[in-house]
Amino acid sequence: MYLARVYVTLKPTVNDPQGLTIKGALCNLGFTSVEDVRAGKYFELHLAETDFAKVEQQVTEMCCKLLANPVIENYRFEIEEVKV
Amino acid sequence: MKFGIIVFPGTWSERDCYYALKNVLRQEVDYIWHKEADLSHYDCLILPGGFSYGDYLRPGAIARFSPVMTSLEAFASQGKLVIGICNGFQILCESGLLPGALLRNDHLEYRCQWVYLKAENNQSPFTIQCQNGQVLKIPISHYEGRYYADSATLAELEANKRVIFRYCTPAGEVTDAANPNGSLHNIAGITNKRGNVLGMMPHPERACEAILGSSDGNIIWESIIASIQRNT
Repeated sequence: MYLARVYVTLKPTVNDPQGLTIKGALCNLGFTSVEDVRAGKYFELHLAETDFAKVEQQVTEMCCKLLANPVIENYRFEIEEVKV
Repeated sequence: MKFGIIVFPGTWSERDCYYALKNVLRQEVDYIWHKEADLSHYDCLILPGGFSYGDYLRPGAIARFSPVMTSLEAFASQGKLVIGICNGFQILCESGLLPGALLRNDHLEYRCQWVYLKAENNQSPFTIQCQNGQVLKIPISHYEGRYYADSATLAELEANKRVIFRYCTPAGEVTDAANPNGSLHNIAGITNKRGNVLGMMPHPERACEAILGSSDGNIIWESIIASIQRNT
C-alpha cells in the first residue's frame, strides 16, 4: 500500500486573487512579515499497489490527465509506503 | 437542421437553450445525455452552462471525460459547429478543443449581470449576422470566467482573429471598467483554429426575448442557422 501526497499550485505567471486576499487577511491579523501567498490544492491518494515505480508512473499520469491543468498549474508529489 | 444540447449531471442552462431554439427560433432541438455516443443526427451541438459534476476539482475537468466528449471531438473534427456557453466554454478549454483556461473572477465574486460584448469578427459562423464591431447586450452568470492564456497563445488568437467577443462598454469601447472578471484582453469568447468551435462565457440563450431585457443573443443563433444553411 502506498500513500501519494499531491500538491497542485498555480504557475507563477497566473494571477492568484485568492492568495492575495489571504495575504491581506494575514497582514490585517498582524502577520506583517507575509510578503506573498499562493493558494493551491492538496490531495492524498491511497493506492493498492506493491511496486514503487508503478505508483510513481500512475500518479504522474493522474496529475497530467486530471489532477492538474497544465495550462495554469504545476504539480509535485511525494510517495510513501504505508503498512496495511 | 437539428440542434443537440448536451446534458451532464449538474448542467442547468439546457432548458433555456431549448426554449430559445425551439420556441423563439423554431428549430428542431434535442437534449443529449452525456453517455450518448451517436451524434450523427445533428448539425450543431451546444454545451450549455451549469455546474457539471459540481464544478469539483476545476470547472469542466471531469465532464471532459464523459463518453459524449469523444464523439463531440469527432463531430468538431468534421468541421461541424459546436458552441460552449459558460460551463460549456470551461469544458472545451479543459478538453483542449480550445486553448487557455477560465479562472476565478479577479474580484472573487460570483457575477450575474448584463454585459456588453463587441463582436470582433463577423466572418465567424457564429457572428455572420452581426455588423462588424456590433455591440450585443447579453448576461453573464459565473464565478470562474477569467480567461487566461500564455502570451504566445494570446498573440496567436489575436493574429488569427479568433477572439470573437470582447467585454466592452455600451458604446463598444473595450476598457478595464467594462471587464467583469479580469479576463486577459477582455476576452469573452474565442474559437478554435478552424473556426467551427466557439466558447463564450456570456449566455446568449438568456437574451432571447425583449421581455427578458434583450434579444441580442438571437443574433448568434441566427448566425449559426445561416451558416449551416449556407453550407448545405
